Amino acid sequence: MKLIVAIIQPYRLEHVKEELYKMNVNLLTVSEVLGHGRQKGITEIYRGIKESGNLLRKIRIDIAVNEEFVETTIKAIIKGAKTGETGDGKIFVLDLKDCIRIRTEERGPVAIG
Amino acid sequence: MGNTIINAGDTAWVLMATALVMLMTPGLAFFYGGLVRRKNILGVLMQCFAALCVVSIQWVLFGFSLAFAPSHGFWGGFAFAGLKGVGFAPNPAYAPTIPFEAFMVFQMMFAVITPALIIGAFAERMKFSSFLLFTLLWTTFVYDPIAHWVWGMGGWLRTLGVLDFAGGIVVHTTAGIAALVTALIIGKRKIDRASPPHNLPFAALGAALLWFGWFGFNAGSALAANGLAVSTFVVTNTAASSAGLTWMFMDWIFNGQTTVLGTITGAVAGLATITPASGFVSPASAIIIGFFAGVFCFLAVSFLKPRFAYDDSLDAFGVHGIGGILGVIATGIFASTLINPHGANGLLYGNTKQILIQLLAVGVTIVYTFMATFIIYKLIDVILGVRVGEKEEFMGLDLSQHHETGYTLME
Repeated sequence: MKLIVAIIQPYRLEHVKEELYKMNVNLLTVSEVLGHGRQKGITEIYRGIKESGNLLRKIRIDIAVNEEFVETTIKAIIKGAKTGETGDGKIFVLDLKDCIRIRTEERGPVAIG
Repeated sequence: MGNTIINAGDTAWVLMATALVMLMTPGLAFFYGGLVRRKNILGVLMQCFAALCVVSIQWVLFGFSLAFAPSHGFWGGFAFAGLKGVGFAPNPAYAPTIPFEAFMVFQMMFAVITPALIIGAFAERMKFSSFLLFTLLWTTFVYDPIAHWVWGMGGWLRTLGVLDFAGGIVVHTTAGIAALVTALIIGKRKIDRASPPHNLPFAALGAALLWFGWFGFNAGSALAANGLAVSTFVVTNTAASSAGLTWMFMDWIFNGQTTVLGTITGAVAGLATITPASGFVSPASAIIIGFFAGVFCFLAVSFLKPRFAYDDSLDAFGVHGIGGILGVIATGIFASTLINPHGANGLLYGNTKQILIQLLAVGVTIVYTFMATFIIYKLIDVILGVRVGEKEEFMGLDLSQHHETGYTLME
């Protein structure tokens, strides 16, 4: 089991969701986060005072998958999120120790899908 | 002008009404601002405030003169440029009991809100610099001439006897048609699905401010604190309520639920539609006009727009264009000299001629506005480029045009 964490551009979310559905990955958690990578955010100006290095809005997607879905999910995220510009984001893959479905108390791979 | 006396009550009311109409533009900003995605709220607010600034200066320098100076045919010329001769003495051709300058500033607020109404069509994707130039050119070459034709001394539609009490032709038809043209040329927003309004309470607040300000818009157009102003006030509120209720029930019938956005949109449609008729019709007629406003504007927004697939993002055409045109025609049907002896009778009261004048006026306005707006748009597109780049559009106008954000995620 893996936990796939993707940080993407907000406006690519719809595309990523579409690609994931195509690959039968239907369970995901989306949250709004702030951050920046190498491009150092954007300069905001308030009454002439420049606030540089402000954090950019990003979308974080968390998907727990069984081993056979790892590559499919990564490919789907890339397909939906990639524009070739700086700021397209990152994907992190983490080992997932356990997974429990609260309703049935099932554990492990069976609880993921 | 020797036999004209300034009336304190009239002057006080017109100044008050001017302030009410001024408040409509920020009200519109919140109405529209609540409907866009949150990355574009400042873009919309900024365009509305900029329209207030640009047109106020244009109006003082030459706009008022182009619209209201004695006719040179196409427009009024430059006799009142820089407000020359526009002082404390009343001008009986427009308003015999208030200072001419009060009439000027009252009219200024109409000129301000008209280009601001168009913002709904190209929301979330116009470059700010292009918006400034568009507002200046459009006010000068579309609003000012048409205001002159309909309301100006010697204006040809005024001479013909057209009835437009508070701007169904001059404000709503022009803005609505310009909205359609700009929505068609600028193209759709780059979104994959219908984007829900980011803040409906803002939209409701904006609609409330519009409704409040509209009492100045319509009842102030009586240009006196008299019975006609009272009648106009009542008619305005009646039509807004009738149209709001109608839209509410249309939603119920077609979509299975009543909605907040539907009801406030209906009320604004009713206000736009009653505008030309407000000083000429009875409250009973206002109920009927409001009903038709609700029905036709609902159909335009719900069926016409998807059918022809233009992205009039916030329905400036569907509400103000359709409403304005409908109201101008309704005036030719429901107008009565019992309500306003200086008006005329409409079709219902045995006068067939009035509706023909109304149709001619609205027809000419549609054709002229369509062509002139098209040319102005294309000209600006060559000089500055009207639409923002793809990346800026995705980023949102707040950050890309103004380097500010409307809301923070964290402190």
